[in-house]
Amino acid sequence: MLKVEVYRYNPDTDKAPYMQSYELDTQGKDLMVLDVLELLKAQDPSLAYRRSCREGVCGSDGMNINGVNGLACIKPLSECVKNNKLVLRPLPGLPVIRDLVIDMSQFYEQYRKVEPYLQNDTPAPAIERLQSPEERAKLDGLYECILCACCSTACPSFWWNPDKFIGPAGLLQAYRFLADSRDNATEQRLSKLDDPFSVFRCRGIQNCVAVCPKGLNPTRAIGHIRTMLLQSAT
Amino acid sequence: MVTTVTSLGRSGVADWLLQRVSALIMLAYTIFLVGYILLTPELDYTQWRALFDQLWMRIFSLITLISIVGHAWIGLWIVLTDYLTERVMGGKGTVLRLLCQLFLGLVAVTYTLWGIEIIWGF
Repeated sequence: MLKVEVYRYNPDTDKAPYMQSYELDTQGKDLMVLDVLELLKAQDPSLAYRRSCREGVCGSDGMNINGVNGLACIKPLSECVKNNKLVLRPLPGLPVIRDLVIDMSQFYEQYRKVEPYLQNDTPAPAIERLQSPEERAKLDGLYECILCACCSTACPSFWWNPDKFIGPAGLLQAYRFLADSRDNATEQRLSKLDDPFSVFRCRGIQNCVAVCPKGLNPTRAIGHIRTMLLQSAT
Repeated sequence: MVTTVTSLGRSGVADWLLQRVSALIMLAYTIFLVGYILLTPELDYTQWRALFDQLWMRIFSLITLISIVGHAWIGLWIVLTDYLTERVMGGKGTVLRLLCQLFLGLVAVTYTLWGIEIIWGF
């Protein structure tokens, strides 16, 4: 029997959050954590969590699994369970709406700040703006982000200043548009990032790299932004 | 809301650059001083005094002292704006942060002036 502890909090009925224990027979199968949650929800329909695609594409079921942020749908028990115990908590640092569901407004607000869309004021060509294969290759490792928030909520700098530090997810996207050959708002983008908080609260501890379920490297992207800021400012 | 008026370089990239450059200066000074002590087996007051009597050593020491003060200001400013904020502790966060910054500023100026007296005053 697998022992599962789940963070429970319903602001309408609970004064404070608490951990609820469940026992589950996995029948020896190496289930995904999301499968475990589905089975628990069959036992206890009051349990709340977000999910959608169940294959690591939508980014809905980011949560803290045995102390490490990850996507429940693509995290097998064999990779996270220790001593037959599974502890599930909401992503840290953001307000809890209920159980494992968090309010991601602050996260999206930071994403909005980096203006995550192509900006180009030159006349649009007849068909499309072309890129060379080399220019396109610069976007690899950047465009794959699914905004699950595992990285930003693993970052202490984001915990302390979620209103001022853009966070690894937002900065990865900021660099995705700084690096895009079709975008010509580079100077304006950089000028909005040159304060002591937006980019420079990153201390390079690489929690974001360690937890990213898509294997991306926000710290490297932040390093590139820093180099671009340095080049434009000195 | 914490803005940049109390940060040393007034911009993220300036603070970042100052912190890196000052770190390199401190590293160079440390390596030099440790190397000097190791390579001078019978180091006495006369030799130590002779080293610090040289103009380049005094300038090197003063630059290092200024680097330490700047480096400490940037680092501790970051720590204070992480932990002593309105978001963490309400309105008193700002008051407490400004008091700490004032204290750190006084310590920084004191050490700088005192250091100048030690290096150049004799």
